Amino acid sequence: MENPKELIILENVTKDYRMGDVVVRALRGVSLQVNEGEFLAVMGASGSGKSTLMNILGCLDRPTTGTYFLGGKEVSNLTRNDLARLRNRTLGFVFQSFNLLPRTSALENVELPLIYSGASRQERRRRAERALQRVALSDRADHHPNQLSGGQQQRVAIARALVADPKIILADEPTGNLDSRTSVEVMALFQELGRQGITVILVTHEADIARYASRVVMMRDGLILSDRRQQPARAVLVEAEEQVSA
Amino acid sequence: MNVLETFFVAARALLRNKTRSFLTALGIIIGVAAVIAMVAMGEGAKANVAEAIASMGTNLLIVLPGSTSAGGARGGFGSQPTITWDDLKAIQTELPSVKEAAPVLTSAVQMLSEDQNWTTRVSGTTPEYFDIRNWPMELGSRFTQSDVEGGSKTVILGQTVAEKLFGTNANPVGQTVRIKNIPFQVMGVAARKGQSAAGMDYDDAAFVPYTTFAAKVQGGLLKYLNGIIFVSASASVGTERATADITALLRDRHHLRAGVEDDFSIRNLSEIANAQEQAVGTISALLLSIALVSLAVGGIGIMNIMLVSVTERTREIGVRMAIGARPVNILTQFLIEALTLAVAGGIAGIAAGLLAAQRLAVTFSWPMKIRPDVIVVAVLFSGLVGIGFGLYPAYKASRLDPIDALRYE
Repeated sequence: MENPKELIILENVTKDYRMGDVVVRALRGVSLQVNEGEFLAVMGASGSGKSTLMNILGCLDRPTTGTYFLGGKEVSNLTRNDLARLRNRTLGFVFQSFNLLPRTSALENVELPLIYSGASRQERRRRAERALQRVALSDRADHHPNQLSGGQQQRVAIARALVADPKIILADEPTGNLDSRTSVEVMALFQELGRQGITVILVTHEADIARYASRVVMMRDGLILSDRRQQPARAVLVEAEEQVSA
Repeated sequence: MNVLETFFVAARALLRNKTRSFLTALGIIIGVAAVIAMVAMGEGAKANVAEAIASMGTNLLIVLPGSTSAGGARGGFGSQPTITWDDLKAIQTELPSVKEAAPVLTSAVQMLSEDQNWTTRVSGTTPEYFDIRNWPMELGSRFTQSDVEGGSKTVILGQTVAEKLFGTNANPVGQTVRIKNIPFQVMGVAARKGQSAAGMDYDDAAFVPYTTFAAKVQGGLLKYLNGIIFVSASASVGTERATADITALLRDRHHLRAGVEDDFSIRNLSEIANAQEQAVGTISALLLSIALVSLAVGGIGIMNIMLVSVTERTREIGVRMAIGARPVNILTQFLIEALTLAVAGGIAGIAAGLLAAQRLAVTFSWPMKIRPDVIVVAVLFSGLVGIGFGLYPAYKASRLDPIDALRYE
């Protein structure tokens, strides 16, 4: 690795799906480098390949051809178990529909990744409480998802993504189910994580949301159309700002 | 991630759906309860039969005069006594396969105490009779061989007779009863023996030395033994050999040529009892197999619910995989969920089964026979059912592709 700050290196990655007799070429050769602490927004219409790219970056799927270095390590040929370990330790996921376990407290939801990394009960509790603190939801630790607002649920999901101290947070349309006010709240949180050195990659089709990223990658037909760095818009929301910096 | 952690994850998932978990476990509860209750029922019935056999006496044969297989033309034959006292002596002394033999001459007679009367079966016999019938004394003692030889006027009362003549809990030993207006001294009261399989009260009887019986009740000792002979076969050779020996002896003594029918018959009561025991065994095996089927149905119920649960929780599985669960974690989680359901159901089933067994024992007035090994087997079996029927859904869950699972609506 010539540059240690390059956390993600994709080289000419393709992904083909077989749907019956038809082969769908979801990615046609994508090369991408992402540095530590970058806030990257991947944009594109549906079918552009942005979700496939996300799945490969998230180690949920393996490229058909090409190589993927994550933290200096080639991961395109790892086993299911090794990929699971990577997802557990290095990556954190945030989904559009939150995907919290129902009838389970916020704290227990946040603890979940640590169960799979073998942390002790006390350590899980301690780290989950700290993660909830980072998203300013300590006072909601005992609440079940259905007792929380959409924005709060997404913050619990972000706490869950953060709890194992990942290098990268992958967010798939994280604001898709939120109103614009709470969307800004969530983006402010992501910006704060970027300042703490965590790489955030988010998939969105809303230009409004992509404004807050430091870099925007546009996709079309399985290829990168454009890749530009920008001065991110500051996610200003007085309460959110206070909560995050508190 | 250890088993205990997985168990807590599974338990939490089950508690999220309490009603469904309970209904699923219900299949196993009923299955295990049925197995335990049915085995207890079978054991109770067996014990009942064993008790009946024990009260009849062991290796018991009864020699009767006359042929029970005789046709209509020989109708009067059975009433004619054909067995002599010498025949009895020969059976007692000449056959090694016969342990003991006792004559039983019976007549229905009214007995009187000072202020009560009761009509019962009075039998003339020897002290060996009580050995053959395996029948101890509760109070007093038997009359002795010298009582038989001397023709003493002594009597042993059955429990029912003692109660009817002297009232419950009285001690009639040493008191006098009158049979045909002749005073007899009560030597002993036989222990309670209960009922025969046909419902006859064994305890409604009284026994006197056969010499006294012949002289005072029947009217003179005749050449023919005007009654039946109870025989106990020696345990080492069994009843079949004794039956053959007695048949050969009596045919020889009665000068019956080959082809001529026996002028006596021998009943083997142990055989009847054994047949009864076998029938009970067959029925309990049948009941048990039905119970096992219901346990298997309970297992299928678990599989069904686990499959529904896997489908319903596809997204949950996807999330768990995305945040780092390995396939084996998902497999164990669902397997332990099934196992927890099955074992919890098994334990509840034991409680229900014990309760049912107790109710059945009371209803049929059987002894309650709980076999601890059956309880252990039932729990192990329900665990096996849990693993067996939980494996497929769990495997299915663990093979899900996280991307598809996350996208699942």
